[in-house]
Amino acid sequence: MDILQIVIVIGVLVLIAKPLGNVLYHVFSNEPNRTDHVFGWLERPIYALIGLKQRGGMSWKRYALSFVVTNLMLVAIGYILLRMQSGLPLNPNDIGSMEPTLAFNTIISFMTNTNLQHYSGETGLTYFAQMAVITMMMFTSAASGFSVAAAFVRGVTSKGKTIGNFFEDFVKAHTRVFLPLATIVALVLVALQVPQTLDPTLSLTTLQGATQQIAIGPVASLESIKHLGTNGGGFFGVNSAHPFENPNPLTNVIQILSMWALPASLPFMYGRFANNRKQGWVIFATMMALFLVFLTVAYTAEKSGNPLLNDVGIDASQGSMEGKEVRFGIAQSALFTTVTTAATTGSVNNMHDTLTPLGGLVPLAEMMLNVVFGGKGVGLINMLMYAILAVFICGLMVGRTPEFLGRKIEPHEMKLIAIAILAHPFIILVPTAAAFVTELGMGSLSNSGFHGITQALYEYASSAANNGSGFEGLADNTPFWNITTGLVMFVGRYISIIAMLAVAGSLTRKQWVPETIGTFRTDNALFVFLLIGTVILIGALTFLPVIVLGPIAEHLTIR
Amino acid sequence: MSTMVHEGQETRPRGAILWIALRAGVLFTVLCGIIYPLVSTGLAQTLFPDQANGSLLKDKEGNVIGSELIGQSFSGDPSYFHGRVSSIDYKGEASGSNNYAPSNSALISRVQASIAQWQQDNPDVPIQELPIALITNSGSGLDPHITPQSALVQIARISKLTGISAVELESLVSEFTESRDLGVFGEKRVNVLKLNLVLKEKLEK
Repeated sequence: MDILQIVIVIGVLVLIAKPLGNVLYHVFSNEPNRTDHVFGWLERPIYALIGLKQRGGMSWKRYALSFVVTNLMLVAIGYILLRMQSGLPLNPNDIGSMEPTLAFNTIISFMTNTNLQHYSGETGLTYFAQMAVITMMMFTSAASGFSVAAAFVRGVTSKGKTIGNFFEDFVKAHTRVFLPLATIVALVLVALQVPQTLDPTLSLTTLQGATQQIAIGPVASLESIKHLGTNGGGFFGVNSAHPFENPNPLTNVIQILSMWALPASLPFMYGRFANNRKQGWVIFATMMALFLVFLTVAYTAEKSGNPLLNDVGIDASQGSMEGKEVRFGIAQSALFTTVTTAATTGSVNNMHDTLTPLGGLVPLAEMMLNVVFGGKGVGLINMLMYAILAVFICGLMVGRTPEFLGRKIEPHEMKLIAIAILAHPFIILVPTAAAFVTELGMGSLSNSGFHGITQALYEYASSAANNGSGFEGLADNTPFWNITTGLVMFVGRYISIIAMLAVAGSLTRKQWVPETIGTFRTDNALFVFLLIGTVILIGALTFLPVIVLGPIAEHLTIR
Repeated sequence: MSTMVHEGQETRPRGAILWIALRAGVLFTVLCGIIYPLVSTGLAQTLFPDQANGSLLKDKEGNVIGSELIGQSFSGDPSYFHGRVSSIDYKGEASGSNNYAPSNSALISRVQASIAQWQQDNPDVPIQELPIALITNSGSGLDPHITPQSALVQIARISKLTGISAVELESLVSEFTESRDLGVFGEKRVNVLKLNLVLKEKLEK
């Protein structure tokens, strides 16, 4: 039954990814189509209200500037609201305002689509902040990422045209994708028992006559966009493990598909833009192949259980249940873990800190590679970056100028790609090392030995990949962790996005090279293997040593 | 009219971006941060009021005694079915667990303590039959469920303490065993609070 339920979920994903990719193509191709009538009535007043009079194409610099400045405005608004939340409306539980370093960390975290949480929702945020800051940023950061992905795809695929208009993309991502989907999913979740209320924390007398307080709030409206936007920040401290966020296996499946469907559909959108659907299949196949390997490892490791508990003489046949919920069991937990770190959502339905060493290796490795589906837009961009790199390496091997989709790849693009690829390990490994040489970092580790190494490594990998899940035993609400992870999230998001927009801008200006018999093909099975090889090679060269020190060493000690 | 135009069409000064970005920031804060959640709340409260307010459980007299989604602590009274280990003792104003790594010695000692307690409370059931789910901490610390096996192994103890026959308890457990969602998703499970609510009513008869 375990395997069957996993296969069904993957099957549904494959069925919806392609049509969804077509829908996204129609949203962002900017060709007139039927849906304009449906959404125009909402978009026209929005364009008017924000003062967008002409929607002409932008240069990559103007596009990047618009993206950064809009994010900056949202950060300013969100920061002010967090700092003042205690005095704002909808604070029935009398929650105080946030201190500066935590507010800094929180706002960077949500703007960069990371959703690393150093606060606990029940005690740290008012309902107003949950709505106007957290839920709002879940929409806007996802729409920002989506816009950039659309721009990059236009740059890679279009002949001599522009990469688009940021504000138009940003508005359309809201009106045509995220707002309608989020409203529908929110209502479905409520029907399946996820609460949605503005009433204060419940206080009731239990069956045995004790008093129980139960935190509640506008959960469903946050929950839906949390997954659709691959954000991942929970309403409650324990995220989707909380029975109010994720009450049953059916909501679990809906949440998995919500976070997975849009990233999985982007390769197909790209195939449409490239006017060659096989290109989309190549990217999708590469992502799915890597995903299946990771899922198998996670499921097998958790099902085999913790050797130390298997030896105490109890019936441990169910697998490693520490930190997991009975309604999800091993299958739905392992699947959720693998999808949430593949799609860089970072929500959790079980505690990743309690995963077996090899089970915990899976989310860590997915965040290090950062290309297995990936978050809103960014995963596709990263995978295309590796595709260009693969083409470049092959070009060098046969002594031919590398081409990608009919354009020459030259030193300028390769330098930008190298920056983007190298920035990622740099901002994971350097801060991790820094955390180990200071008491500020070491003092927060809650588990000793090799697992402690993994705790710190996971925190920075999660920040850099803009994932946001955590090994939550880490006592991370200190100025040291708030500020360092804040900076890592910031660099992790903007450096690679700006570098890739620059690549897109440079590609649009290039001469088109006609395809000949000698052209290296990027739309066949051979290229899938080359792409997987490139991803694994770069990932292994960069991260293998530290993985051996963390999860592998822990595995060997308790085996 | 196609909006895909050649580069350079957008000629306004860069300062305009600042102004548009500010207005977009305010507009989307209102649209996504205030209007959307309030509309969702209104729809949810109208269409699904019970679910939207926390799926509350009532006893026969109509008093609210909990939420069917949030577990309660029964560990103090061996005549009730016990739920899973909760480091926060099912205090629903928060959520969480100790996040013990598999290699953490505190995890092993906590499990050993649970086993010792089990042997004391359930002398008739050997620990080989004690399911791992019952003595591990759930992720949320609020898990309302136990596995069917975790309920069955407690019957010997409860039957002895309450005088209700084992057969009757077994049929009660099987009545309260929820199947997998749509017959395939997730795990079979027993809601501890619902089960104990009926058990309490039986005892009061």
